[in-house]
Amino acid sequence: MTGRDVISREEIRALTEARLTFGARGRAPDTRATLDFALDHAQARAAVLAGLDEAALSAALGRSGLAHRTVTSLAGTRETFIRRPDLGRRLSGEAEAALADAGPADVALVLGDGLSATAVMLNGVAFVATLAGRLAAEGLSVGPVILAHQARVALGDGIARAMGAETVVVALGERPGLSASDSLGVYITHRPLAETPDSARNCISNIRDAGMGVEAASDQACRLILAMRRTGQSGVALSQSLAAGARLAAPDDQA
Amino acid sequence: MTYRADIQGTRYSFASLKTLLARASPERSGDALAGLAAEGPVERIAAQRCLADVALSDFLGDVLEVDGDPVSELIADQHDPAAFAPVSALTVGGFRDWLLDPATDATEISGVARGITPEMAAAVSKIMRAQDLIAVAARIEVVTRYRSTIGLRGRLSTRNQPNHPTDDSRGIALSALDGLLHGAGDAVIGVNPATDTLPDYIRICEVLEAIRTQLAVPTQHCVLGHVTTALAAMEAGAPVDLVFQSVAGSGKANAGFGVTLAMLDEAHDAVRALGRAPQGANLMYFETGQGAALSAEAHHGMDQQTMEARAYAVARRYDPLLVNTVVGFIGPEYLADGKQIIRAGLEDHFCGKLLGLPMGVDICYTNHSWADQEDMDILLTALAAAGVNFVITVPGADDIMLNYQSLSFHDAGFIRDTLGRPPAPEFAAWMEANGIGTGEAALPALGEALGRLRLPAA
Repeated sequence: MTGRDVISREEIRALTEARLTFGARGRAPDTRATLDFALDHAQARAAVLAGLDEAALSAALGRSGLAHRTVTSLAGTRETFIRRPDLGRRLSGEAEAALADAGPADVALVLGDGLSATAVMLNGVAFVATLAGRLAAEGLSVGPVILAHQARVALGDGIARAMGAETVVVALGERPGLSASDSLGVYITHRPLAETPDSARNCISNIRDAGMGVEAASDQACRLILAMRRTGQSGVALSQSLAAGARLAAPDDQA
Repeated sequence: MTYRADIQGTRYSFASLKTLLARASPERSGDALAGLAAEGPVERIAAQRCLADVALSDFLGDVLEVDGDPVSELIADQHDPAAFAPVSALTVGGFRDWLLDPATDATEISGVARGITPEMAAAVSKIMRAQDLIAVAARIEVVTRYRSTIGLRGRLSTRNQPNHPTDDSRGIALSALDGLLHGAGDAVIGVNPATDTLPDYIRICEVLEAIRTQLAVPTQHCVLGHVTTALAAMEAGAPVDLVFQSVAGSGKANAGFGVTLAMLDEAHDAVRALGRAPQGANLMYFETGQGAALSAEAHHGMDQQTMEARAYAVARRYDPLLVNTVVGFIGPEYLADGKQIIRAGLEDHFCGKLLGLPMGVDICYTNHSWADQEDMDILLTALAAAGVNFVITVPGADDIMLNYQSLSFHDAGFIRDTLGRPPAPEFAAWMEANGIGTGEAALPALGEALGRLRLPAA
């Protein structure tokens, strides 16, 4: 690139979302910029502290023809959940027992609050409904959707084991950034263990209106699940064997 | 050995020095997560009273109690009995009183650095209030040099951190230029790459080198990739000013970062051999942070603040240019709220300075912590009073790659105006020559500055 004259404000905005200074320097940011920042932070905090609106989720799942069950992790409350990630990864013995008749299923679908219930309320149901449709078309059973309160990713491992599901998909709200507090993350694990390492999971992130769409994310998730069931692997091992030549089949390649 | 304290008829027992240190730690969520925290405020103070009576020399044994831990071995090797002599007969409480005694000369405090072990520094910090941590740190001047001189008394340097989510060359350049036009970047212009590939590392180095040389900025740059990537980049002839690495307080935790002392030794030799820096310059940059060892399950039952101080033993092996704790980045499971982040930032700065390090702080938090920009204002003001060598600054306090909030370029300006803390003298002269901070800027506005810059092809 050689030197040019002036890069326009529009070109700059296309290059970066950084909060650059365009006006006067050597003074505090103006009132507008300060309050814009405060609003972005307030929205991120609201997303972190929000809970799942179970009535709304239940109604939306019902409209999609999906049954559901509800669980809460050992974290119990939002405050505990944020300070004690270990408790957000575990179910009580009673909760596990109550899931026994929800399976067996090929794939367990879990919709958890994670660190942004906002993300789940916006796109969670659309994602699980779309994915459930893709999986049904592949002849895979999914069982009821599990709505999980105070849920970290690994909570899905215990849910899948309690249900007798071979593969588990956990969709939950990602930690809000200042500019986006509505990102849904999806973690897929095949044959989860009591202590599944994160390296055994495959992840699809940044699912939101301004990021990856629900359809594309569902397609990708379905392809990953099929590849897991074909190879018996997930996570880094799956990525490596796919890179080594095993083909990641598109759903329409399947009989 | 068991340590005991009796408070109003109740006996509190602590099975080891390591346990005593943990129970004496001011409250933080990470120690509770690890199951190491005091059961309540009274047990905590019982532990602090007990700790105050422990002889400093008791810390010369293996406090971590892990056979063959390379950081423990390093700590033992580093200990200089001659430097330790002036305080060798003191208890932890006596050491605190000595540090705060107006009759203790500042050069005496600096003089014991190589005699003090990380565990001693952590121990005394646990019985010091915020003002004690500020008052003692403010007396310790640790000066380092590359193209700029960092850490001189009465000055505050900044890292200009122009991160970009896709490592776009022009995106990085825009944020770096924005910072320079604010007068930020005299400690370093340092990018955390979104990827850790060698071609990206080299390209970002070249982008930063283009900015530095074309604008003749008296500073140094750094790509904060893994040390092995830096080694490969130096082998490939990339313009590497500083080698960076995250380090922690146990061999296992460093293994979690994929790093050994042998690797750091090799990188230190390699960057010196490049000969880019003036004679005698400091060539390494380290980041640390409380909770790093616990998150790697490599804390061995030691509290997170003592583990953090142990990381400084690794850092000081290399006489680094810059060390900073990334205090609030790790999240609320380790430091829950603004109070805990503020306390940890002051502790880390104090312990680093006491151990002789050129300590800076990334004053920061994530959105799931109970913290906000106001907590950062308070910590910045306190650390400026404590004489922090440098702080991290990003455009508008919003790091769009790492998704957390640090300080803004404006925040450094606030301290310069309010407390009178100019940047490094070489950089201040460059700012003056270019009219930065005045109405007569010789450097153009952002869009024009980017347009003039000749960046390497992507």
